[in-house]
Formats: sequence, structure tokens, C-alpha cells
Amino acid sequence: MSNIVVDKSKVPWWVSNVIVPLVNLTLALLVSGLFVFIAGENPIEAVKLIIYGSFGYIQGFAYTLYYTTNFIFTGLAFAVAFHCRLFNIGGEGQAYIGGLGVFLVAINLSFLPVPIVWLLAIFGAFLFGAAWAYIPAYLQSKRGSHVVITTIMFNFIASSLMIFLLVDVIRDTNQMAPHTVKLPEEIWLPSFEAFSGILGIKIRYSPLNLTFLLAIASLFFVWFLVWKTKWGYEMRAVGHNTQAAIYAGISPHKNIIIAMCISGGLAGLLGVNEILGVSHKIQAGFPAGYGFTGIAVALMGRNHPIGILPAAFLFGILYQGGSEVTFEMPNITRYMFVAVQGLIILFSGALENLFRPQIESFFVRRLNREVNL
Amino acid sequence: MEFLSDIASLINSTLRISTPLVFAAMAGIFAERSGVIDFSLEGKMLMAAFVAAVGSYYLGNPWLGLLLAIIVCVCLSMLHGFASVTHKGDQVVSCVAINILIIGLTTALAAAWFGQAGLTPTLNEDQRFLEIHLPFADALRDIPVIGTLYSDILSGHYVFVYLAYLSVPLVFWIVFKTSFGLRLRAVGENPSAVDTAGINVFTMRYKALAINGVLIAFAGAHLSTAVNANFFREMSAGRGYLALAAMIFGKWHPKTALIACLLFGFTDALQIRLQGVELPAIGEIPVQLIQALPYILTVVLLAGFVGKAIAPNAIGQPYIKER
Repeated sequence: MSNIVVDKSKVPWWVSNVIVPLVNLTLALLVSGLFVFIAGENPIEAVKLIIYGSFGYIQGFAYTLYYTTNFIFTGLAFAVAFHCRLFNIGGEGQAYIGGLGVFLVAINLSFLPVPIVWLLAIFGAFLFGAAWAYIPAYLQSKRGSHVVITTIMFNFIASSLMIFLLVDVIRDTNQMAPHTVKLPEEIWLPSFEAFSGILGIKIRYSPLNLTFLLAIASLFFVWFLVWKTKWGYEMRAVGHNTQAAIYAGISPHKNIIIAMCISGGLAGLLGVNEILGVSHKIQAGFPAGYGFTGIAVALMGRNHPIGILPAAFLFGILYQGGSEVTFEMPNITRYMFVAVQGLIILFSGALENLFRPQIESFFVRRLNREVNL
Repeated sequence: MEFLSDIASLINSTLRISTPLVFAAMAGIFAERSGVIDFSLEGKMLMAAFVAAVGSYYLGNPWLGLLLAIIVCVCLSMLHGFASVTHKGDQVVSCVAINILIIGLTTALAAAWFGQAGLTPTLNEDQRFLEIHLPFADALRDIPVIGTLYSDILSGHYVFVYLAYLSVPLVFWIVFKTSFGLRLRAVGENPSAVDTAGINVFTMRYKALAINGVLIAFAGAHLSTAVNANFFREMSAGRGYLALAAMIFGKWHPKTALIACLLFGFTDALQIRLQGVELPAIGEIPVQLIQALPYILTVVLLAGFVGKAIAPNAIGQPYIKER
């Protein structure tokens, strides 16, 4: 319990938005190091491997950016809903269903000109993801069922539904494994190798593709939508104080539905990267936890696109560098990095105020002293 | 006669499957009645399963494994309290953090210590709980009705099954008939009034979370040292959330929560029996749909088609003492 009272108006923005999150991140990583140690490996060696794996060679760096793409989508998805005080932890299921949207549009409309297929597939991903978020949103707003439980349940239901479709309906019947046929090659999104080939650089395979630019565009889209439009203002008003919003004539129902649908749609865009960009088919369980990681990304990035970009990049480093670690260190599995995510959510989300008063008062005192001198 | 034994075995498995849900729902009642949201039941149940399995593997006694699980779960509850009661962090974020942390940690540690992807070694008979056969169960089996009821339904369960159903009246008594329970409910409804009466809101919430940790440990130990003989990855499979839904549907009340838990248990028992069965007129139902039934039921129940649930008034709000 701290009894330090800090005058918020005197705290510089970079202390509360840069220094405090960095301290929290450091704490999370220190505890992670402890876990690596408990698992019987050297944490310092693990950090070296992470840095080498994610920056050390161009293919590794391309993988880092590929993961970053996925985390931007799922991080933004969580953040948009969070501004309306909704915990959309169903990004996993929404991404899964979004992938179905991409595939159905792309396979059925592949006769159209290629850029139009891409646009429609992106739209399909957004629409399917949004539709999967609509029901929990409706139930939250009209029936008061807590969105955390319903979105988690919708993850389970999405998983069952997709397995059913993959086994019985859209399976590639020439294969035993539950996945669909591949999309025709002409409509695949151009990969990073194709671009670097034009520039004369030859690299080995990487999953990085044009979707990265879509992710960057989504950052601007969300920033504009949430902070620069009337709807964004209304949505944040509902999240901040529902009673006051109602008094001001803002409908919480409408805003909850729109916020969740945009959130689900953004999660659905993960399908564009995975299906149109990388594997070109739907495989069972392709969202592979990216939806959950989005929660950590958003909370670390303080739910703002400017924060989400570096946070997504950091998780890209952890994922790509992490696969290097699991390759070199037999005692570390990829689940160790799931635990690291949990710690990051804990320290930069739930415990974000752990040292905030101390840090803020420290800087306020120092800065004031400088002024007085 | 075959029909009767089918029903008996269905009831028997309903009782067994509902057990972890009942413990978790009772744990949830303590946390939420005190005003603290607890979505971390899922993670704590998983952690308890892991600790109980590893503990009884090394110590050779399932009771010691259970004891360790209780200690660890109480620590996790205290962590939740530290974040959301003391530091007034967001309660839902704290729970999500604990859940994700534990999904990762249990699997990673199982892989590091035992070399198998998210599995702990199989426990032998000394290291796990065995079914308890009530006295005279075999002798009474042939008596119609009473024999079935006693020998096939009541007898032959793990100790946790009996404890779970005994915990319900106990929780009811604590929450509604003792002064501790009165304070607990008051803290969840109107913390500032309780504070005015000279009762420490923070201490009450920590006490409630401690009981919550003890109860949820039983649910986890039931999964890994009784019905299964080892821990495996994500073995709690959403039960923590189902229990929470049952508790909400049961209006934060032990008796109605128990009924909701039994309903979930029954759906699950039924889905196991329905797999591969040809139903008249409909044909075979896809196995994925049957497996999703408990989750769909959760959504339907939560939507409150059977009446609106009213949460404790101060739930989810950190208490800020005025100066």
C-alpha cells in the first residue's frame, strides 16, 4: 500500500507512458528469467539466442515481422473493444472464423481480377470475424452475459465448428489430414522474397508477405476511428462512464455492438496473413494462440496504435527468437513463451500501478528541483 | 432392466463429472460474494492439477499432493488479491494474466522436468486416489431400486465426489448463517458501509480469496490424481469458465449453483454417451456438435433465458478508502 499522492498534472507524459511501462516490462522479463532458470536453462544464454534468432540474419528478421503482422491485428482487436470497456478475449475464435471468410471468398471468386479478389477476401475476413463477435456483443448488451465468458465459449465453439467443416465439408478429399485444398497460386499475396528478388537480394523462404502493409494501414485506421471520429468519441464515452453517456444521448447498445464487431473484424484479418499470405489453405487450429497474445500486446501498448506497434514487434522478437531458443535448448518449449505473455499481462496490465506512484513522484520531485535551481 | 442400468450409469457419471465444477463454483461464490471477480478459476484449477500430480509423484502420497496444490492455489489467489485488491488493478486483466501464465507454465515445466510435451508421469495406485466402495455395496446390489441407488450410484466414487457435495451445505452455512458470511456478503454489496462499521474491507476480501484457493485446489486434484492418473496439457478444458457460468446462473447461491453444475455435468455425461449413436429421425449427430454442447449450453444459460442474474453490487470495483 502506497500513500504517495502525486499531482497527475505535473507528471510528464513520457514518465507515465514510456518509463512506467518499461519498468513493468523489465519486471515481467526478470520473472520470466527466473522461470527459465527453474526449467534448468541459463536465462542470459536464452536472451542471446532470442536476439540472434530475431535480428541475426535476414530470414530471421523477416519471420519477426511476419509474427509482428499477426500481433498488430490481434492487439488492435483487443484494444478497440477495450476502449468501450469490453474484454474481447475471443480473438482466437474470431480469427479462426475470419480465416474461413478469406478462404470462401478467395476460392469462389478466384476468376475475378487479382486485386479485386484480395480486397474482397480482406472484406470477407473482416465480415466473418465481425459476425462471430456480434453474438457475444448482443448478449452482453441486451442480456448482460459477461463478454469474457461468452467470447471464451465462442472460441471453443469456433474450434468445434471449424473441425467439423474441415473434416466433413471442406476437406481436401485427396488428403487424410483435416485441411482444405490450396488456393490457386495466382491469387496468393506476394511474399517478401518476391519483393527482395526485384531489389536483387536473394533470401530463403520466409512467411512475410504483403499483409504487413495491411497491418500498418490498420494501425492508422484504428487511430483515426477511435480518436478522430464522432463514433470513436461516443464509444470511449460509453466505456468511460455508461451512465453519463446515456445522459448525453449516446446509445450503449449501438456502441457495444460496433466496438465488438470492429474488434472481431480486426482479429479476422489474421486470416488474411495466414491463408492468403502464408499457408494458402485452412489448417486445423491455425490461429495458434495469436488471439490470446493480442491481449498482452494491447495492454503493453496501452491500447494505443503507437504503443501497439512496438509491443507487437517485441512479441514478434519473442516468438521468432523463442523458436530459436526451443531449437537450441531442449528444456524450453514454446509454452514457456505463453507463460512470458501471462507475466507481461500481469505486470503491464493488472499490476501496472505497482511502482507507478513511486516512479512518478521521483520524477516530479527531480524535475521540480531542476526548475527551482 | 438395461434401461435402468443405463440411467444409473448416466447419473453416476453426472455426479463424477460435476465434481470439479461444484468445487469451482463454490470457490467462485466466496470470491465474487466479497466483490472480487474470479475468472482465474480456470487457471487455478489447471495449476492445482499440475501441482497435485507432480507432488504426489515425488512424495508418493496423493494427500500430500493435494496439500501442495492447496498451498499453491492460495498463493495464486493472494496474487490476484495483491493485484486487484491492494493495487486496485483491473480484476479481469489480473485473471486473464493468471490463466495465460498458468497454461504456459504448467506445460513448459512438465516438458522441462519430464521430457514429454505437457505430460506428467503416470501415477501408480499408491500415488493417486482410488474409488471408495461403500460398505455392503456388493451385498446390496441385487435388491431392486435400493440396490441400484446405493451400489451403482452412491458407491464407487472418488473421495472428492463426496467432499464436493458435502461442501455445498457447508458453504451455504458459512455464507448465510455465520457472522463471517454476513460480513462477506456485505463487503461485496456495500464495502463503504462495512468499512464504517469498523470491518477491514481488504482483510475480508483476502480471507474470501484464501478460501477460494483452498476449494479450487480440490477441483484440480480431482482431475489429475483421481479421475486421471497424470496431468496433461490444458486438462481443465474450460471447466473454470463453465463453473463460473453455473455460479452466475445459480445467482451466486450455493444451492442453485449446484443444480446448474449438475446440469452441466449431465450434458457432458450425455455427450459422451451420444457420440456415434444414431438418433431416430435425425441420424448421427456430428461429434463436434455434441462436444460443443456444454459450451453452447453455457452461452444459453448466461444469456439468462431462465431469469436475470443480479450480481453483488460492488463486484469488480476496487475499494478505495476515503481519506
